[in-house]
Amino acid sequence: MGENMTTLETQTSAAGNTLFVRNGQAAAMASVPVLSFGMFAHSLQTALRDGARLSALFALAGRPETKDEAPCRLVAVLALDAAGLVQILAADVENAYPSLTPRIPQAHLFEREIHERCGIVPEGHPWLKPVRFSRLAGPDVGHADFYRIDGDEVHEVAVGPIHAGIIECGHFRFQCLGELVMHLEISLGYHHRGLEAHLVGGPDKRSLPLLETLSGDAGIAHAWAWCSVIEALSGREASPRGQLLRSLALELERLANHTGDMGALSGDIGFLPTHAYCGRLRGDWLNMTAMLCGNRFGRSFLRLGGVTFDPDRALSDQLKKRLHATARDVRGALRALWDSPSVMARFTGIGKISAEDAAALGLVGPAARACGLERDARSSHPLDGLPAPPELVSAPWGDVLARARVREREIQTSIAYCHRLLEDFIGTDREDGADDHPQALSAPGQMADPAPVLTPDSIAVSLVEAWRGEVCHVAVTGTNGRLRAVSLVDPSFHNWAGLAMALRNGQISDFPLCNKSFNLSYCGHDQ
Amino acid sequence: MLNIFLERLRQKKRTVPYPKALPQLPPRFRGRPLINARRCDGAQGTNCRDCADACPAGAIAFDDRSPVLDTGLCTFCGACATACKRQALFFTTDWRLASSSRDALLVRPGNTKELFAPKGAGFAAVSLPGPEPLGSLDLKAVTPPPIRPFAGGGAFRRSFRLRQVSAAGCGACEADLNVLSTVVFDLARFGIDFVASPRHADALVITGPAPRNMKQALLICDEATPKPRAVIAVGACAISGGLFHEKSGATDGQEADGASALLPVDLYIPGCPPHPYTNLDGLLRFLGLSVQRPSE
Repeated sequence: MGENMTTLETQTSAAGNTLFVRNGQAAAMASVPVLSFGMFAHSLQTALRDGARLSALFALAGRPETKDEAPCRLVAVLALDAAGLVQILAADVENAYPSLTPRIPQAHLFEREIHERCGIVPEGHPWLKPVRFSRLAGPDVGHADFYRIDGDEVHEVAVGPIHAGIIECGHFRFQCLGELVMHLEISLGYHHRGLEAHLVGGPDKRSLPLLETLSGDAGIAHAWAWCSVIEALSGREASPRGQLLRSLALELERLANHTGDMGALSGDIGFLPTHAYCGRLRGDWLNMTAMLCGNRFGRSFLRLGGVTFDPDRALSDQLKKRLHATARDVRGALRALWDSPSVMARFTGIGKISAEDAAALGLVGPAARACGLERDARSSHPLDGLPAPPELVSAPWGDVLARARVREREIQTSIAYCHRLLEDFIGTDREDGADDHPQALSAPGQMADPAPVLTPDSIAVSLVEAWRGEVCHVAVTGTNGRLRAVSLVDPSFHNWAGLAMALRNGQISDFPLCNKSFNLSYCGHDQ
Repeated sequence: MLNIFLERLRQKKRTVPYPKALPQLPPRFRGRPLINARRCDGAQGTNCRDCADACPAGAIAFDDRSPVLDTGLCTFCGACATACKRQALFFTTDWRLASSSRDALLVRPGNTKELFAPKGAGFAAVSLPGPEPLGSLDLKAVTPPPIRPFAGGGAFRRSFRLRQVSAAGCGACEADLNVLSTVVFDLARFGIDFVASPRHADALVITGPAPRNMKQALLICDEATPKPRAVIAVGACAISGGLFHEKSGATDGQEADGASALLPVDLYIPGCPPHPYTNLDGLLRFLGLSVQRPSE
């Protein structure tokens, strides 16, 4: 067992052994408690009742060469936000098992995913439809048994897969009574590129570039989550300065997207000044990322062990100046929005979700925080060596106004955090010479090995708070030290159901506004 | 209301003067790669494969022993330039990458010395391994990959309508196309606009590798577009499949070869994603609108 295999606490409880790890740590697969299915379901239910979240649930196919594993092992990853821990538990199942979804609604999509990938049937699942239409032998994409409401005055509205704007593809099916939406079904899968299949057997030189495209506007978050699991499994620590620079890039990504979203929300209600400013300012944030690494989306900035470019004093100063100027313009643009009563009236009460529904569905990110749920992996699962995370922002109303408000305030806290990173750490650190701190990484010629040897038969989990919410990556290695299974959970995977709920009993004409207020990723869901 | 006017006065007009003035690109921006034949071991006949071994996209092949970099597959990550011990392969900030010819996307070793400008006079610099050892490029010496103007450059010059289809793009190419409609690039001043219906479109702009689940929707959209129409492939995925292309080793039937495998492409815009200036340059030259006139 390698040095990185830190198992923080192994407790014995009524449910048997319990395994807790911290964010970005690895554990031996043998230390993952394998419970009877009944106990597994009970443990999940108890933990979720006590405030845990289901961050990932996936199936490991049994290895034919060893007889000790059942055909399939369900592995659940729970985030215990209050304790800052991640709990891992497992249960062996045969070809079918009683579905968890009736008791644990947030498992609904995970169970459908397991069914689609492995063919195991969660019996009694209320909504067992394809997730990505990824089975070659399965139905063609879009051929789903859509939920229908019958009645003389009920009509159905089908939208997509190709939408009217420059946007990814997916299908929406509304059941309407006049303008009223009784039900919205979201059927995705068009963006399925088989990322998981590309990654299993790795890591190799393609792994990280692929992860950067998992959801292109959250490339930094996914790259960081991936680096974390691979670093944990290979026993390699990320350089402290590299972590600071990753953190800066992650906040710039958040700023770009939150600013863009504020502009898009303004555009959707016809408030054009803020729409125009934010469209431009989004690019200003992206250009700061490009100053850092040459690419507006931070492509190839993160690499195993750190980052590829280390800003010198002059570049840090330039970034500080830009940060200051852009922050001023963003504030001005947003003030115009909040000062307009007609804007507030249009945002208020639209697309409302209750805190109970949000918790039951397992929403994450700004969508959850806008329902008053205090969920932010930056504060609850911090990584070592980073300054104290920005203050958690939430709003209690659960509507479009709340989702806009949370974004707007996160823009402010994120700007302040970037200032701190640049003032107190990145901009000052370097003067004392390279010896005082390990180089962020790699000037030309020092690129880390993209295909390191991993500790065999281990599991690692990482949580990164992307701008949309928690990104969770889980990687499991086989006896040969290569990746045997990965589970990549984009925040959109949790949150699409939230959009469907937000539309219930709303007006169909409010759909674009609601959709923008979530701004979820299709490809992040479809992988 | 007053605040809105005051803010407008404060934030001012921000539209970039492209193509009249050259763009300001960040020094680390990786645009067109070049290979110096004199320094490249492969071009000199040895078996050096350092660049190809480092490339995550499989974008570097060998013609005999000489490397050929396919910018239609390249993600511009810079791993090859980092791996090249002789600094024979390097990236420049030249954003003009688009071409109507697939072959013109291939970069072969050549005489790069004559492309460099006297100190301080260049229009684009070396971004990786960095400007210091190599210098900057001379605009007169560096010609962008050729583009044959659509319909001779005449019929669509004043009004060109685009229908964008994301064929499983990751959102990055889409974002940097979207940005063209903002006040910064103001695409409409060139008579170019994105439209909602393929029926109103003169061209399809395709992003993404077009895997199995997007093929049908893409082809239906193409059918709905009145002919003649142009097909523009934006980004490595749409041009060739990029990281997802057929030889990528995918095992579950999800490998994809981009829009090029499904439709005849009239304009290729490389990048991962292409910079907005790369997109703009491609579109303007495609309409015969852009002649680079640097203020000298």
